[in-house]
Order: sequence, then C-alpha cells, then structure tokens
Amino acid sequence: MNFLAYGVAGWICIVGLYGAIVSKNLIHLALCLTVIQSSTYVLLLSVGYRHHGTAPIYKGIRLGTNTVDPIVQSLALTDIVISVTVIALILALALDVHKKLGTADPDEVVELQG
Amino acid sequence: MTWLLPLPVAIPLLAAALVAAGDHVTPRIVQNAIAVLAPAAATGFSFWIMLETQHGLLIHWYGGWHPIGNLAIGIGFVGDSLGAGMAVLSCTLVTLALVYSLTYMRESSRLFDVLMLVFCGAMAGFSLTGDLFNMFVWFELMGVAAYALAGFKVEELGPLQGAVNFAITNTAGAYLILMGIGLLYARTGALNFAQIGHFLATHPSDRLVVVAFTLVLIGFLVKAAIVPFHWWLADAHAAAPAPVCVLFSGAMVELGLFAIARIYWTVFSGGLHAHQGDVRSLLVWIGVVTALVGAVMCFLQRHLKRLLAFSTIAHSGTMLVGIGLLGAKGLAGTANLILSHGFLKAGLFLAAGIVLLRLRDIDELRLHGAGRNLRWERALWFAAAIGLIGFPYVGVFVGHSLVDEEASGQGFAWVPPLLLVAEAVSAGAILRAGARVFLGWGPKRDPLLSWEPEESPPERSASVPLLLAVTTVTVAIGLVMSVIPGLQVRIENGAERFVDRSAYAARVLHAKSTPAPPHLPFAIEVAKPESWAYGIGAAVLAFAFAAAGLWYRRLPELVLGGIVRGLGPPVRALRAAHSGIIGDYLLWLTIGATVVGGAWAFSLR
Repeated sequence: MNFLAYGVAGWICIVGLYGAIVSKNLIHLALCLTVIQSSTYVLLLSVGYRHHGTAPIYKGIRLGTNTVDPIVQSLALTDIVISVTVIALILALALDVHKKLGTADPDEVVELQG
Repeated sequence: MTWLLPLPVAIPLLAAALVAAGDHVTPRIVQNAIAVLAPAAATGFSFWIMLETQHGLLIHWYGGWHPIGNLAIGIGFVGDSLGAGMAVLSCTLVTLALVYSLTYMRESSRLFDVLMLVFCGAMAGFSLTGDLFNMFVWFELMGVAAYALAGFKVEELGPLQGAVNFAITNTAGAYLILMGIGLLYARTGALNFAQIGHFLATHPSDRLVVVAFTLVLIGFLVKAAIVPFHWWLADAHAAAPAPVCVLFSGAMVELGLFAIARIYWTVFSGGLHAHQGDVRSLLVWIGVVTALVGAVMCFLQRHLKRLLAFSTIAHSGTMLVGIGLLGAKGLAGTANLILSHGFLKAGLFLAAGIVLLRLRDIDELRLHGAGRNLRWERALWFAAAIGLIGFPYVGVFVGHSLVDEEASGQGFAWVPPLLLVAEAVSAGAILRAGARVFLGWGPKRDPLLSWEPEESPPERSASVPLLLAVTTVTVAIGLVMSVIPGLQVRIENGAERFVDRSAYAARVLHAKSTPAPPHLPFAIEVAKPESWAYGIGAAVLAFAFAAAGLWYRRLPELVLGGIVRGLGPPVRALRAAHSGIIGDYLLWLTIGATVVGGAWAFSLR
C-alpha cells in the first residue's frame, strides 16, 4: 500500500481549490478546476495501480499476467470527456463575461446579491 | 418488462440528436412536435415503469451482462417505485416546460429544446440507474445541460453570473463525488450500489468509508442546495428563463436529495449502521438550518424568481429532514413533498414568467398594483402559494405531516415547529409578493427588500392563453397531490421497500424475487389531529407573515424598534453572505466540507 499517491491527490485537490477560491480571473479559475479534476485522476490511477503490472491489453499476453486495473482507467477517461465539456462551457461563459465587462474578474460579475 | 427501463432515457436523448441535426433543415412544426412528444413519451414510459415496480424491482442489465455470484459485471438500471416516481416527475415537468416554451421561447434557437431534452434524458437516467459511476455520469450530463440553460440569455450580466456560479460550484461538488467514488471502489472493488452495499455490510467499516461517504454526501448536498452549499441556486434561478427554473426547482434540486437517500440506503446503510444516530442528527440539523435560512432570505427578496428560488431552498431543507430522519415514513413524506412542491413551484415560476411577459418586469415593488387586471394569473399565484403552506388536504399537506410524524416519533419533537415557521415565512413571502403585485396592497417602497436589476422580458408574440393553460394544469396537479386516492399508501409502501438494503441487494445480485406486496387500497388517508393543527397553524402564520411583510411599518415604534435591534444584525450578516461572488461560495463549500468532516472525526471513530 503506497500512501504517497493518495497524499499527492489530496494535495493537488487542496491546491486547486485554494487557487479557485482566490482566483481573480475566470480563465484562471477554470484552470484551477482542471487542477482539482487532475487530483481525481491521480487518485483513480493510484487505486488501480499494481506493482509490476502491465497495461491491461489482454491480446498477446499470457493468462494470469499481472495487469493494472482497467476500470479506473475507463472511469478517468469518461471523466476527462465530461469535464472537457464543462470546462469548455465555463471558458465560453468567461469569454462572454469579458465581452460584456471588459474584464474576466469573477468579483466583477455580480448583479444579483443579498 | 425490463426493456422499458432504457426508454425514458433513450427517447429524449435520441430526440435531442434529431432536433439538433435537423436545425434549419426540417420544418419548425416537425421540430416542435418532436420536442414535445419525446418527453411526453418518456413520461408515459416512466409512468408504466412506476406501475410495474409496484410488484417489485425492475432490473435491466445493459448488454445482457448479468451478475455472477456477488459480482455485478455490467451496468444495470434498477427501477423502484420512488426512483420511477422521480423520473415521472422530471419528464412531466420537462413536457410542461417545453409546451410552455413553444410560444414563450419562440424566438430563441432550437438549441434550447435540444438542451431541455438532454436535461430530461439525464434526469431520467439519474433516477433509474443502479450504478454509482453511472449516476455520476448522469449527474454531470444533467449539470452541463443545466449550466447552459441557466446562461441561455448570455447577452445579459445576470444570466452570466448565474451560469458561472452554478457551473463552478456544482463542478467542484462533482469532483468531490468522483473522489468519493474512487475511494469506495478502492475499498470494495465495485461500482454497483448493491454490490458496494453488500461489501460494506459484511466487512468492518473504517475511516476510509466515512471519508468516502462525506465526499459523496457533500457533492450531492451542493446539488440539493443545502446550507452552506446553496448559494448558486438563487443566482441561477433568478437569471434563467421561467421554463428552465421549473426544472431546476421542481426536479433537479430534488434529484440531489434523491441521490443522498438512494446512496445512503443502498450503499452505506449496512456499513454505517452503528453510526446511524450521528448521520441522522447531522442531516436533520442542516436540514432545519437550511429551511430557516431559505425562509428568511425568501422574505427579503423582491425579484419574484429569486424569491421563489429561496423558497425552494427552504423546502429543500424540509425534504432533507424527511430523508435525514432515516425512516421509511419520513422518506415517504419527502417523496410526497417532492411531488407536490415540484408542481406547485413549477406553477409559480410559470406564472412569474407570464407576469414578466405581460407586465415587462419581475420586480415586486416596481410592479406594485400593476397586476390588478391579471385575474387568472392572480388566482393561479395565490392557489399555488396556499398549496405550499400545507393547509389540510391541500398541496404539500401529506408530505409535511409524514415528515412531522417521523420527527416526533424519532425524538426530534423540536423539529416540526421550526419547519412550520420556515414554511409559514416562505409561503408568507410568496403571498405578500402576490398581494403587492396583483392587489396593489402595501406601500410602494420597502427598504427591507434587496435592490434588484431589471430583466429583459421575453417576446411579446407569445400566446398568453397557452401559457395560462399550461400553468393551470401544473398548479392543479400540485394542489391535488394530497388527495389522490391510494397515492399516500403507495408512496409509504415504496419507501419501506426503498430502505430495505438486503432485499434490494438480493434482487439485484441474485435475482431473488421478493414476496408480492399486499393489495393496497385506493383511499385517502385520514389526517391525524396534530397534522390538522399544524396545517391550520401554518396557514394562520403564513397570512400573518404576509400581512407583516406588507404593513410592518404600521407597528408601534417600540415593537418595530425591538424587532430591528434584535433581528437586524443577524439578518444583515446573512444577506451580506449572499455576496454573489464565486470565490466566497467555494470558500463556504470548503468550510462546510471541513465542518462535516470534523464532526464525523469526533463522532464516528
């Protein structure tokens, strides 16, 4: 059991969240979200990692060969697809904000409050 | 009958692809027909599934990958009464919203319909899935469609703010869920609800399971708009077009709550059984706080849609209490509440949309007395508002009384009175707004209410009779939810089966058929005396709060001064916290997650 990878995943998540909280630019904020997102990949891939495991491609390898877990890889792939959509949407909104206000500072995008 | 399960998802998604591909090519009328008929068909099939699930769970394994031993190899849809009920509610609201949009959003591009259809398919999939990661995928798909719909009018600042805040907070919540899923998979090697639940129930639980539970719980609490994760909701609702608000308030928020109930009962209830009391206290506490915060903020609004949005937060808190009591009766109460509140709140948003269309504004004070001639709109607004109070046998009454009964039975006797007050304050605010706009009562100025910007109204070309017809149908369905013969006993029966983890696992993993449920009567349950008392008390209080909101300045100086000194500072602080700034919201998300995690660290060792 290797705890380092889990620690790294937690750290990346916290760093990304901190960046998103203090961000002064919506594009920077979107990138901070992708940082949080990459922490989930580190977590997923370390969950599926096996020592001396090979890639989970079963054609041409002997039965019983140790491979890493393919399921977490497909989870990570699925999430990449979904998150690309979400991030693209947030970036598009950031562009619209910049068009409208001339700035991408999220603190300026306040019309409704209280 | 298992072939039914994919249909409520597949039909709207295929229709979305069809409408998107045929944009500018196929005639408008064909496009409209597809956009309305697809969710209507999905509604019909969900209803059919709901009827079938009366006899037991309905399971469909995609690709025929049936489980072997305790191993679920494939991804399955598992229909149960409550899940199918959520699909029926979601698809019905999408159908109503799309009929409304036929004329209300006529000038907008067909991509609006496409997004609504994707939203519909995702909500149905979310309600019917039996797999944790699959649920996450539907959650994200639902999210993407919703963010785009919230910011549909991108040329204005309000929708941009709403969509940005909504998208970022919910995405952060989604990543927390994914982490929780990763940890659960690491521990159990499974993604199927029944299989994870079976593993956790048969192995000793440790901190990892608690951390995973916390991460998944918080992710869904963000969607369910529970304090302190609720901030995005008001921003997104105030800015989104009325038919979109219908789906946000009526179905999407409730699906977040549904997910919490689903995951607790199928996945964690076995493993966390020893800590049930702590989970219960936490969920009930944050539910009550949410109900009160939502109600107070609701009372301070003058933007009609934002006011309704905060009322949704208040109701969401009550619903969480029903789920968080961890009993079948409370869960049944929440299910009933979700149905009645869903339609009534949808009706109010649709009515607000008509007000915006006809009076060209959506601000309570600027519209003072402007709606005197809108007789039908007035009747609908007040009918729906009264339905939300919980007056005996009207609207949300049964849901509330079941939640109250469960709370009293579990030793949370202090909860029902607080929920009653929250209910009365939020319903009072809706009544007050109606009285000012449609009757012209009360003063034209009110320093208590937040300042609001204007919203650009929709096209004038809309056909008002059609809009009124849709709104009337919606409100009428919501009002009769407490008097549909046999509904209450069926929901209670469904809730009892919902909380039976081992029967669920046996059916999903080993295809064991459950004994046939008893024949349920078609009767209206007689309300208990205390439910009558609560219902009438809530009504009296709601009208009192509405009157106070209109004429509070006529109170004697001494009383008024006392109220201002006592309630002023906390209310000001609460209002300042709703800053509309995304960084603050994310900070609250972090604080909330830390507090929940810290509470667990002390209580669940």
